[in-house]
Amino acid sequence: MKNSLGREIPEYIDGIGKLEPFEGAWAKLSKGWMDEPTIPAPNKAMLPHQSKLCSSLQEAIEKAAPKNGMTITFHHHLRDGDILLVMAITILHEMGIRDITLAASSLNDCHDPILPFIQDGTITRIWSSGIRGKLGRAISRGAMKLPVIIHSHGGRVRAIHTGRIQPDIAIIAASAADCEGNATGSHGKSAFGSIGYAVIDARYAKHVIVVTDNLVPYPCIPLSITQNFIDHVVVLDSIGDTSKIASGTTRITNSPMDLRIAKLAADAIEHSGYFEQGFSFQVGAGGASLAVAKFIREKMKKNQLKGSFMLGGVTSYCVDMLEEGLFETIFDVQSFDAAVSKSLFNNRRHIEIPAALYANPFNCGCMTNKLDIVVLGALEVDVDFNVNVITGSEGNIRGASGGHSDTASGANLTVVVCPSFRGRIPIIKNSVHTVVTPGESVHVIVTERGICVNPLYPHLGEKFRNAGLKVVDIHDLKKEVDGITGVSRKLKFTDKIVGIIEYRDGTIIDVIYELEEK
Amino acid sequence: MLYIPGNNPAMLQQGGVYGADSLLLDLEDAVAINQKDAARILVRNIIQSIDFYDAEVCVRINHLSTPFGLADLEAIVPLQPDAIRYPKTETATELLELIRIIESIEDKHNLPHNQMEIHAMIETALGVQNVFSIAGCSPRVGALTIGGQDLTADMNIVYTPDGAGIDFARKRIVMAAKAWKIDVIDTVFPDINDEAGLIKETEYAKKIGFTGKAVINPRQIDIIHEVYTPTDEEIRKAFRIVKEFMVNKNAGIGVFAIDGKMIDAPVVARAQYILELANVKVEI
Repeated sequence: MKNSLGREIPEYIDGIGKLEPFEGAWAKLSKGWMDEPTIPAPNKAMLPHQSKLCSSLQEAIEKAAPKNGMTITFHHHLRDGDILLVMAITILHEMGIRDITLAASSLNDCHDPILPFIQDGTITRIWSSGIRGKLGRAISRGAMKLPVIIHSHGGRVRAIHTGRIQPDIAIIAASAADCEGNATGSHGKSAFGSIGYAVIDARYAKHVIVVTDNLVPYPCIPLSITQNFIDHVVVLDSIGDTSKIASGTTRITNSPMDLRIAKLAADAIEHSGYFEQGFSFQVGAGGASLAVAKFIREKMKKNQLKGSFMLGGVTSYCVDMLEEGLFETIFDVQSFDAAVSKSLFNNRRHIEIPAALYANPFNCGCMTNKLDIVVLGALEVDVDFNVNVITGSEGNIRGASGGHSDTASGANLTVVVCPSFRGRIPIIKNSVHTVVTPGESVHVIVTERGICVNPLYPHLGEKFRNAGLKVVDIHDLKKEVDGITGVSRKLKFTDKIVGIIEYRDGTIIDVIYELEEK
Repeated sequence: MLYIPGNNPAMLQQGGVYGADSLLLDLEDAVAINQKDAARILVRNIIQSIDFYDAEVCVRINHLSTPFGLADLEAIVPLQPDAIRYPKTETATELLELIRIIESIEDKHNLPHNQMEIHAMIETALGVQNVFSIAGCSPRVGALTIGGQDLTADMNIVYTPDGAGIDFARKRIVMAAKAWKIDVIDTVFPDINDEAGLIKETEYAKKIGFTGKAVINPRQIDIIHEVYTPTDEEIRKAFRIVKEFMVNKNAGIGVFAIDGKMIDAPVVARAQYILELANVKVEI
């Protein structure tokens, strides 16, 4: 069957079940309710003064009674510095547990060591918002029997609420925790800031294990994760490589190309009609996306504007803007550097939020619904404004859906920034290899060669032209870029599906096929 | 004016996107000796295949005293970029010899002699002393530029951020350009991370009469544009002057006053120049 974007989606996949095709960015929300019922959270009890402390992660896992076919979850707030996921999977492997569903909120290069556990059947299913490194390459080449399911950050919450992901064990890394499991990422030697993605895991997992390298006297404040959901507490010497968890402050790129794209994007934002007193704003953490913040900061000062809130993944640059009084508040679901952790801990206007509040589509209004402007990156875009942030030009899974489709769905103005080509690879395609974010939720694409306006939103093109900005038709831009780079050869795939891209509402927006080239 | 090394395809193909008024595709100092042929071929092909949008395209060739200068001309002149920049110009005689060779190549290709400009780069003490005759030796000379680094080396002094050592040269070159009514471009500011220093030096260049400034990194372009772009107040004032001038002119009055200050032809010319920079038209 074909979904509303014309992508061929199987009706059923053995081991996965029935698939529902994507119908449109807001089609399911317009009903006002979620079709699937919400499953109840686990029923637990504990005697007064019963100790939760375990002497090792192994002991905690053993107490959680792991079994074949179980689901284990992790959060990715430690980014590429995480060591707990590999440690826990190794323990399960040594215990002989097989057929595990791994539901990590995202997988990074540091998780490459679990590849042998995929190949030997320890792990047979993966749910995640992103997969990179050797894992991504191996999965793209058919390393798993069942396709991985890629969800958005908001979609992960929905998948847990509906029971599509049913966590048996949640491992929650914390840079500070107390003996009852109250935990946070906002202080300690391994501080990583917000722990927002783990909140849903704590609420729904049958066994929740908090792991920390910084056991503090009761109570651990702030109560980012609360003790009433925590079964066990483990203290280790280290929860990860601190140099890769969060360090220093995020610096704006020096790349002239990224700065050029960012400047054009900021000009577009300024003249979009949404750059006004009290606007809300989200930018990515790197490259051209973050650089947009530099120009927006200058424009806000020049125009004496004060924004309402900044949302999402937060960098020290956002913190600087908060401290300068340019925004009232930061809502932080994920923090990107050490300076952010300090701000989260010290500034009451810097507020930690869970993923459900950030982006779950099925509630009475997540915060992405309140966004005015979001700036997002892309691996590929196409002439229908669809965006791919998961598969690279060579067909490998190497990115993350993250909050891309969540924020694009909610924002009044979704700006996608990307170069028109990287190296000699054109980024603007007739049709992206994998759709993660549907074009209908993308208003403009900004490259170094100008601003492409989605024909669904013609009023923006008129505003930009009136402001003297360079507006280009995306078909013309594609032709120009193809003239420079040539057209990429088509990749070859088998008919085996290795990945399913779930839109935030649970429908299937695209699938990824196995790469033929070995 | 953005310098782009002639042997860097990634930078060359993106040259037009940064908003520079002019691009200098460099075959000379930015290119190592063993890359000269490759750079020449690359620049030749890039000019023919890449859209640089509104930017003027200028090619800096190697000096004719090197083994590469003539080959550069033979490859580039038939393409008729907006300008050829000649490095280390020291005398009018040598520039006229360059123009003679260029025109013989143009004749061979049935090309006119009045399309492509010649920009003389002054970067030796001798060039500075001869700059007036260099600038006026041919109507094809469309601009002068100063090469600060080479000039300080030729003078055996160290280039300092205050530009003290080349201040005389700067002003002498500007004056020669003004005398012949041609453009004059200031040297590059080498520290790409020193935005404040770039602003200061550009403001000085503007103050003493340079019509533009060369850059080595695209990040410097917007800063220079900002300095050279008239302020809102300057535009408002210029608009008022030009408008009053047109009204008075229609009434047969040449000299008039605004807020008690005399407005005559030079003041009007200056105001018209500001409006031209700001792309503002006055109608009455």
